[in-house]
Amino acid sequence: MALVRLESIVKRFGALEVLKSINLIVKKGEIVAIIGRSGSGKSTLLRCVNALEPVQGGLIEVDGIEVTAASADHNALRARVGMVFQSFNLFPHLNVERNIMLALKLVRKTPKPEAQDIAVRMLEKVGLADKRLAYPDELSGGQQQRVAIARSLAMEPTLMLFDEITSALDPELVGDVLRVLEGLARDGMTMMLVTHEMNFARNVANRVVFMHEGRIHEDGPARETLTEPKTDELKSFLSAVLH
Amino acid sequence: MIREFTSPDVVYLMLAARWTIGLALVATVGGGLLGLLIALARILPIPPLNWLAIGYINLIQGTPLLGQLFVFFFGLPLLGFSVGAWTAVALSLSLYASAFFGEIWRGALQSVPKRQWEAGAALGMTYRHRFTHVVLPQAVRIAVAPTVGFLVQLVKNTSLTALIGFVELTRASQIITAATFAPLQVYLTAAAIYFVICFTLSQLSRVLERRLHGTG
Repeated sequence: MALVRLESIVKRFGALEVLKSINLIVKKGEIVAIIGRSGSGKSTLLRCVNALEPVQGGLIEVDGIEVTAASADHNALRARVGMVFQSFNLFPHLNVERNIMLALKLVRKTPKPEAQDIAVRMLEKVGLADKRLAYPDELSGGQQQRVAIARSLAMEPTLMLFDEITSALDPELVGDVLRVLEGLARDGMTMMLVTHEMNFARNVANRVVFMHEGRIHEDGPARETLTEPKTDELKSFLSAVLH
Repeated sequence: MIREFTSPDVVYLMLAARWTIGLALVATVGGGLLGLLIALARILPIPPLNWLAIGYINLIQGTPLLGQLFVFFFGLPLLGFSVGAWTAVALSLSLYASAFFGEIWRGALQSVPKRQWEAGAALGMTYRHRFTHVVLPQAVRIAVAPTVGFLVQLVKNTSLTALIGFVELTRASQIITAATFAPLQVYLTAAAIYFVICFTLSQLSRVLERRLHGTG
């Protein structure tokens, strides 16, 4: 069953065409790693899926909602599509628990005690139950990122988008975050992730999409695509990132 | 005819300081309300409104407060509006404060990173909720120190109203000086009163900042 459907997506920033007719279908339960050089359009593609970026052409459908329709309720869509950013973007004025509870209360209208239970459960899931009352600036980057994941998961998303979530982390903190993603993968969460972690893409993702100059250049099963790239562009990209 | 500077004079100065505080309060409330509108007019994506606000801010910030006081006190009657000192002073101080508050608050709102708006959006929050629950609390935190900093300036600037005959702390000091001929004692006392008012404000700002930071 297709959870995400992109048809001939065109995205421009002024005169610059960043996405050139992208077609992509993501099925329920799939874990799609999107790789490519910086500037290839991979983050932009991800941001189009939950309408953080408007597109100039094409059709986007997520979980039965036509995102590109003029009447689309983007807030309702985003309440069901989680997104985690490279720079964490926790709310600095709220402690960890209230970071997680805010959208539950405002968007889902969850009563406070229930929202609190959910926050505790989500924090246990990412291994930070003891940080419930800490403020974001008291946490390490890796811990902040795990809280950001917990905050998204609390909304019970049907799809999770991860935008280079380990790029801003010290190397020794990356492992903790990736372990959380592995846990999500085991739970069957549908995920699209822009990543530079090729080992993670190979071992956890079941599909790899390689983007090059605004187009999907290769698209296939993760292991195969990464070990036997078909195009020269992917070959040269992989040799560049793997040294 | 010349008498000593005695404790009743100090009391007289302290009573006059009520007007200093009152003026600062009126300017804060009036300037604050107008300042909110100015900040909005600067931020909303409506170009003519932005230009109008920028023009207003430049005009007010680019001219001396004393000049503005004179315009209201001497200028309005020429146009057929009879204004008392109190009205002229309240109006001009409020307008003066609004230009500064407007800029301070616009800056505070815009210094909250765009990523914070995005984080709220990505969780499905409406524009209004993103503003009231994510951006505004952070902007208030940023705005406390410069807002109180300007309030301190405002308290001291109320002394200019002495020049159009408004009897606040500075004008009262002039009057007592004329009677006692002890300018040093009188103005030192006045300075001490100004200091107490402004120091209290700064301390208040510290407490407020610490409380808004929430940490600890």
